[in-house]
Amino acid sequence: MRLPEFKYLSPETVQEACSLLAQHGDKAKVLAGGTDVMNVMKDRVISPEFVVGLRGITDLDYINDDSDGIKIGALTTLATLMKSSVIKEKLPSLAEVPTKMATTQIRNMGTVVGNICNAAPSADMAPILICMGAQAKITGPDGDRVVALEDFFTGPGQTVLGAGEIMTEIQVPNQPTNSAGAYFKLSRVSVDLAVVGVGVVLAMDGDTCKDIKITLASVAPKPIRAPKAEASIKGKKIDEALIEEAGKIASGEATPIDDVRGSAFYRTEIVNVFTKRAIRHALEQAK
Amino acid sequence: MKRLIQLNVNGELYEVAVHEHRTLSEVLREELDLIGTKEACNQGDCGSCTVILDGKTVTACLTLAVEADGREVRTIEGISDGGELNPLQKVFVEHGAIQCGFCTPGMVMSATALLEDNPKPTEDEVRMGIAGNICRCTGYTKIVEAILALSEGGK
Repeated sequence: MRLPEFKYLSPETVQEACSLLAQHGDKAKVLAGGTDVMNVMKDRVISPEFVVGLRGITDLDYINDDSDGIKIGALTTLATLMKSSVIKEKLPSLAEVPTKMATTQIRNMGTVVGNICNAAPSADMAPILICMGAQAKITGPDGDRVVALEDFFTGPGQTVLGAGEIMTEIQVPNQPTNSAGAYFKLSRVSVDLAVVGVGVVLAMDGDTCKDIKITLASVAPKPIRAPKAEASIKGKKIDEALIEEAGKIASGEATPIDDVRGSAFYRTEIVNVFTKRAIRHALEQAK
Repeated sequence: MKRLIQLNVNGELYEVAVHEHRTLSEVLREELDLIGTKEACNQGDCGSCTVILDGKTVTACLTLAVEADGREVRTIEGISDGGELNPLQKVFVEHGAIQCGFCTPGMVMSATALLEDNPKPTEDEVRMGIAGNICRCTGYTKIVEAILALSEGGK
């Protein structure tokens, strides 16, 4: 299907983009990499009169390593993230995530922020970023605000973004020493969406787990933490029995549905398997 | 109201008036008569519309023509050296990596970008590099062999 007719607007600043989006409300749609939005328009799910392209805004494509953490700009593509030497060195489990997503072409076009803002329950970028305590900087006509990524999603395709608001940056705080993560994704074919996604980030103090975060994707209306599974491990010496138990608990915290990609039953089983695998993998890296 | 844009396609400068909702694949094919770039799924999944935009492969069906304004596009038409097949195209032919040929332009663009980025890929890297190009005929074996044969032959 061809795209519906629209007028393409190319603001030169974020403020201009926000005021255009606020001005046109439901008649406007923001466009970054286009890998989600273009198809949504081709399928006529939306037919905006105005498409607000962000390409013209310089200095939105960056990965900055500041004293308090790493900042990822709104136009940073998935390809840039996975190839970034800063990310590979400081947040290796994050650099691995795009390698499990889509295709070379889509990774060259699609953005990290776009994957988050599209807010699919299967959003691959969500689990590890949530585990790392990432925050989203949101800019609107009235200024900036910062929201924990964990609180950004409100349902399938739904976020806390208000009228005229754009996510301009993802902020990943410095991770504790001796911390590591892992993201496991089940998909029908290599380039598909996640049928189940499990992200784990843990921090060790010798043999003891100082802290652990577990985030599940595709098994609820939005990416969710698994707090009971986390509590079963945090502060304890990690052994196989503990890992087995954590897997069971995590699968109980998932609330998947049956859909074309998989059954609720199977997804629940895989949450168990992947939680254990991710914990073991992260533990290996944390040594 | 159409907008006038400039596209540098295979080293040649084109000036073309386009509607703002036209994709790069539509403009290449319908305005510039460069029909080597194919449209199959039209939603960025099959890769038959793959072109190289500013040095990186993209699916032209998900790219707005107005967003390619002023940028460098390489299509399959620019791959052959003045009408003669280039080494990658030759090795595709030699290895039987082409059956119906519909995926081939996009496949060659992806393989071109892969080898420019990584001249000696492993088999896994080749498979990952062409994962965005679906072929319904060959089962990929000959395509992978062709790309590996070229890269092992050295450049």
